[in-house]
Amino acid sequence: MTTPASATGTAAPPRSRSRGALVLVRFARNRLALVGIALVVALVLLAYAVPPFLHWTYHDNDFASLDTGPGAAHWFGTTHSGQDLFALTLRGLQKSLVVGLVGGPLTTLIAAVVGASAGYFGGWTDRVLMWFLDLMLVIPAFLLLAVLSPAFQHGTWLFFVILLAAFGWMITGRVVRSMTQTLREREYVLAARYMGVHPLVVIFRHILPNAASILIIDATVQVGAIVLGETSLSYFGFGIQAPDVSLGTLIAAGTPDANTSPWLFFFPAAFLVLIGLSVAFIGDGLRDAFDPTARGAKSRRRARPAVPRSRHARTARTARNPRRKPTAAVVPAAATQEGVTP
Amino acid sequence: MGRYLLRRLGNYAILVFIAASATYFLASFTLHPDINYLSKNPRPPLHSIYTILHGYNLDPHTPVCLRYWRWLTGIVLHGDFGRTYDGASVNTELGRRVLVSTELLFVATVLGAVGGVAVGAWNALRQYRPSDRVSTILSYVLLATPVVVIAVGLRTLDTAGDGPLVQYIGMYDPKVHGTLPVVLNNLEHLVLPTLTLLLAQIPFFSRYQRSTMLDVLGSDFLRTARAKGLRRRQAVLRHGLRTAVIPVMPLVVYNVVLLFTGATFTEEIYGWHGMGEWLVDSITSNDVNAVAAVAIFTAGIVLIAGLLSDLVYAALDPRVRT
Repeated sequence: MTTPASATGTAAPPRSRSRGALVLVRFARNRLALVGIALVVALVLLAYAVPPFLHWTYHDNDFASLDTGPGAAHWFGTTHSGQDLFALTLRGLQKSLVVGLVGGPLTTLIAAVVGASAGYFGGWTDRVLMWFLDLMLVIPAFLLLAVLSPAFQHGTWLFFVILLAAFGWMITGRVVRSMTQTLREREYVLAARYMGVHPLVVIFRHILPNAASILIIDATVQVGAIVLGETSLSYFGFGIQAPDVSLGTLIAAGTPDANTSPWLFFFPAAFLVLIGLSVAFIGDGLRDAFDPTARGAKSRRRARPAVPRSRHARTARTARNPRRKPTAAVVPAAATQEGVTP
Repeated sequence: MGRYLLRRLGNYAILVFIAASATYFLASFTLHPDINYLSKNPRPPLHSIYTILHGYNLDPHTPVCLRYWRWLTGIVLHGDFGRTYDGASVNTELGRRVLVSTELLFVATVLGAVGGVAVGAWNALRQYRPSDRVSTILSYVLLATPVVVIAVGLRTLDTAGDGPLVQYIGMYDPKVHGTLPVVLNNLEHLVLPTLTLLLAQIPFFSRYQRSTMLDVLGSDFLRTARAKGLRRRQAVLRHGLRTAVIPVMPLVVYNVVLLFTGATFTEEIYGWHGMGEWLVDSITSNDVNAVAAVAIFTAGIVLIAGLLSDLVYAALDPRVRT
């Protein structure tokens, strides 16, 4: 038996570090996940490091070549007003990446705080927060964001990111809440509580680290969701506004001419798909890395020669699936829980 | 059970009420229906603009609370959602658009659900074979592709040759006359939007179906069924697929119902005037009452989707029914 102090204070760091290292090793073994990481790094480098070296900036007009296809002078072609599409796309990529990379973790943070508070405090806090969560699910997010957008037209994109995050946290919040409800009764949490540790400290030091796998995976998945959300709002003119560009506004501008000047549409669209793909690869890699029953984890354990390899792989896969559900199938889970909570 | 359902419905009604009211107030503050008249050339006299808007309960000079009260009593007492900015009845417009969306989504959702389940199950049966790998990669790509890109891509492919292979703008060609030609033409116009929706839905459902099917394939009861003497095919179809479909069905139902206002891109791009398009158009035309109606509809749909997926789950899974 250890004293509560040693259980909460000294035992935790080395264990979490070794677990982190294990996850890293497993993650690095996943080829698709590494491709995803490489893609994200490449996209960020492309978006931020390349533009200064280009001949054209995104707001220059080359009046000698209006609406020309891809070529040596303009790699991705030009728009009707002679803007270099490569520069424009990189600028849009910058915006989309920054919106996603800030918005995704922000969404997860909101979900973690609200979900953990509801689960930890229980009682009226839980009831009020869950009721609010239900309300947020019912409010048509797209409609509200669009209606609100004129009010924020002159603000920065940061407002926009916060708004997007404010409408995306609900389903994860529910998952975190139910995880917290089981964690709340664990000995180390009880010990911390009886020692008089502040509830918020308990949540951030003892509860959320134990939900870390879900949270990290969710943060990656949310990056994709936020990028798509930004794109669709910008597509309809409710998001990033005219002098600034995002991939969404570029795609919107290219849509009417997709038949005659396909480069205007398909180059920005391709970058959007690349962001989505890389995020999906990383998310899946993380999910497998955090799952102790996944294939990568098992290869370290004792090898059982009696089991043929293919069968082994299959059992590993099936064993991992139940873990997939909490994050992946949250949509129906949330739907089915809708009325149970209050 | 009955009391529980009633309480739940009551709770839902309150949520919808708050969501709708919040949307109404927000829309009233940020949208300006008078712009539609002020931007006309030549501009009608101000006096008549506001008299017209007053008749539609959209006059900005009337206090918001008064407008809200009229709007609310109209809905509660007469089931009347008010007027659009140009005087048409929101109810009529809503009815028409729901029908359009229903036609657009019916085939797509049925095929999408069946196709998603079939592809997922088939992939699970052939795990790690080339067909599974190819469809895994394909579904990764399709899932990462926004619907706009799928829709515009299909449109571009369609017109790549000499003239469009399949007509796609609107519900049918207004130049076509007679019942049968119109129906056929209508079906032709359904092809591309349906394909778009299918390409977005099938990968989504099939990924879930594949993973639940893989769970089931390793299970004991399937081995029992085989030991009993069933052929693999029979065992997999009768015992395996039936079990594996259960967790996927609520997801399918939920997504299908939400698609009513979620097919925005498909409807915009192919010119179908359904609910999804209205979601965007009502805002861009500063139409407060229409925005509020869409909000009520969407809120209602979310709740119906939740209830329906619960019911489907209860109907399929005997363990839940107790």
